[in-house]
Parts: sequence; C-alpha cells; structure tokens
Amino acid sequence: MVTRGFFSGRKPPTDTDARIPPGQYLEQGFPVLSAGPTPRVRTEEWSFTLKHGPRPIKKWNWAEFNALPMSKMTRDIHCVTAWTKFDTAWQGVLVDDILADAGLEPPTAFTLALSFDGYTTNVPTKDLTTGKAMVALLYEGKPITADHGGPARLLVPHLYFWKSAKWLNGLQFTERDEPGFWELRGYHIYGDPWREQRYTGDP
Amino acid sequence: MSEAAAAQSPWQTVTINRIEKRTPRVTSFFLQPSQPFAYRAGQHVDVRLTAPDGYQARRSYSIASAPETGETIELAIEKLDDGEVSPFFHEVAAVGDEVELRGPLGGHFVWSDSDGGPLLLVGGGSGVVPLMAMIRHRAARKSLVPAALVFSARVWDEVIFRDELIGLDERQDGFDLVLTLTREPARRPQDYARRVDARMMVQSMMRLPEPPRLAFVCGSNAFVSSAAQALIDAGVPAGLIRTERYGV
Repeated sequence: MVTRGFFSGRKPPTDTDARIPPGQYLEQGFPVLSAGPTPRVRTEEWSFTLKHGPRPIKKWNWAEFNALPMSKMTRDIHCVTAWTKFDTAWQGVLVDDILADAGLEPPTAFTLALSFDGYTTNVPTKDLTTGKAMVALLYEGKPITADHGGPARLLVPHLYFWKSAKWLNGLQFTERDEPGFWELRGYHIYGDPWREQRYTGDP
Repeated sequence: MSEAAAAQSPWQTVTINRIEKRTPRVTSFFLQPSQPFAYRAGQHVDVRLTAPDGYQARRSYSIASAPETGETIELAIEKLDDGEVSPFFHEVAAVGDEVELRGPLGGHFVWSDSDGGPLLLVGGGSGVVPLMAMIRHRAARKSLVPAALVFSARVWDEVIFRDELIGLDERQDGFDLVLTLTREPARRPQDYARRVDARMMVQSMMRLPEPPRLAFVCGSNAFVSSAAQALIDAGVPAGLIRTERYGV
C-alpha cells in the first residue's frame, strides 16, 4: 500500500542497500535500549560461568577471562526497533575459545545467555560456535560502557541485537530451546533480521 | 497473552480519523483500525509508510489511549526534525489518510490495575505517552491504586496532556501529578524547576502511602539513564524498575 504523500527521503545509496535487512534503516549513532536500569558491574566482582543445565562447568574471573585468546569482529548490527548500524568493531573472546578453554564440546543444541540483571535470551548453540559469536569486552578499542552492556556482552551479530545480551555473566546449555526474556514477551524465538523475524509467529 | 497477540497481529490498514495538536511539537493522531484489537496500557505499535518506489519506513509508537476507550487508538507523535516518519505525520498526514500498522506489541512495559501498586511513573517529554495510557486506564477502571507521575518537560507549554493530567490530579483519588520544568520556573506549589534527581524521587514517593511496588520510566536515553539512577539512589530496588528508551 503506497502511503499518500510519503517519499523515500532517507533511502541509502544503492551500494549499501544489500547490507540493510528488510524494514531496517541506517543509523549513524548507537541507540541504547534495555528493559530496566543499567547495572554498574565492577570488573573486580565480575565473573563468567559456563553451565550445563543448572550445573556449573567452569567459572572465570575478569583477569582469567581476559587471558583467553582475543579476537576481533567488525560487523553490521540490526536492532528489532528497526535501526541498522554498519561496521561496529568489537574485540573479545570467541565462544569457540571459551569452550576450548573449558575442554568442552557443546553438550546440547540450545544455549541461554545469562546476564547480571536477570535478563536471558536463547540462541541455538550452532549460532554461537564456528566463529559466529563472541563475548565482547571492547567496542572500538575501548572498554564497553555500562549503557552498551559492559564490562562484557554477548555479540551474535547475525541475529537481531536483543540476542546480544548485555551485562553477560554466563552461558547455559539447555536440553530444549528455552525462551528468554523478550522471547516470552512477544518477540521471535530465533530473530533472523534477513527473514524479518521480529515478533512471535513471524515466519 | 503477548505471544498470542503478536502472532495474530499482521500488518493492517488504519485510517486517521482525527488529528489534535497537543503541544508545539507533539500532535495526537487518532487511528481507526480495519481490524480492531485489544491491547494493554503501555504497549506500542509499529507504523509503516510506503513510498511510490517501494521504499518502506517503520517506527514504533506507544499507544496513548486507554484500552477501555474503544476501537480508535491514539498515538501522540513528536516531530523530530531529522526524522523520516514523524515529519510525514506532522506535515503531510490528513484526516482520511491511511497508513499501515502492526500491533499491539511489547509485553514488559505494561500495567493493568490488577497488577496493583503503588505505582511510580517517571516520564521525560514524549516519554509520557505510554505512562498516559496507564493513567487513563487507571481512571477508566476507577482504580484506587495509588499512583504518582513525575513528568519532566522543558517548558509549561510542552507538558503533553497538561490539562487532562491536572484534571486527574485534582480528583484526589490517589493519583498525584508532579511536574518538573527544566527551562522555566515551576507554576504549581508541588512542582519543580530542575532535572530529575534522587531528592525529587524521594519527595515524590512520599506522596504515595507506601513505597512503590512498580516503577516505569520512559523518555530519551539520557533521561531514562539519569531518572533510573535517581530512583535507585532514592532506594527503589532495581528489580522493580522497568524502562523504555528512545533516541540515540
């Protein structure tokens, strides 16, 4: 349905069209979204735990986690509120390297990301491994600010950005695909921006 | 509830059947859905505009009307000069025009009178819109849940829904309005003339018979960051505070 009197004023040039998923627009800033107040997590009290169900497998403190192999990822990110940001530069520890340090093969097909504020989000394990995702510690070379999820956030750039949990403190392998915080509140269980899987029931 | 609602809310055509200027920068658009839907106070909708070349722009807007109001939903849209969708509404849209809408959406920033209280609402600028839906819902239900709204605006003439809010405040049925103006002196004895801070939150909470059981904060990112911190500094547990932010 063409809207009377609406013309594409902000349409990006064609060479970047292919990088913008359906229904998204290009954003130059970096909007902040969260369900509650911003937790101020100090690195001295920070820890990261890998769990299989309720059972902790391995726990790292800030220094131990920072001693893991560091990788860089520069990716376009896509928020379900319709902004897309190009070329965000992150540095952190690939989920593959976390698993390797724990001497672990992924025990289940599903993972729940856990945050300090009680936030959770579910991601299939195969979307976290083989270089697809990291626990990011730096954004554009600097520690991630609290607003953007620091000290550490998950980065799963190929899914809508609510899957990249802020204030991350663990990953939990689950037997079933357990819906997380937003997935229980009307948002899509998987969240592929290229298939425009925004809300529950989107194909 | 939200799962079923979202699964059943494909894009639909809505017709603008009334336009009402609220402040110099905010105008309310009353939309008649072709497929009327139930919603909860605090929920939002996505609006989609399509250009002749197929380009589409979509934005989320909170619903200002109470669920009890009927089929027509009210969106109070602030004009953003560098925006893409809000200038269309302010400069082009006319009664009788159709746009596409999807909703209701969101299952976190919502309140029903059955959720109880006391309720503390903190809004900055057009961040008051979803809070207004909650306040109107409370009034429509004749709820006596104690509620306070701390509403920050730059000047008196930018206080969206001002007359309606003052009218509700004057009913003295357990709803209290606290205005704070950041660029003008206060006009009423209970109001402030500064940015929100912890002391203002402590004093506003004293208008409630007991500490809030739920707090909702909505506004720009900068506003929500400082208001949520002010609530925490005033002793409100972080787990009781729900936030909704917009802007960069």
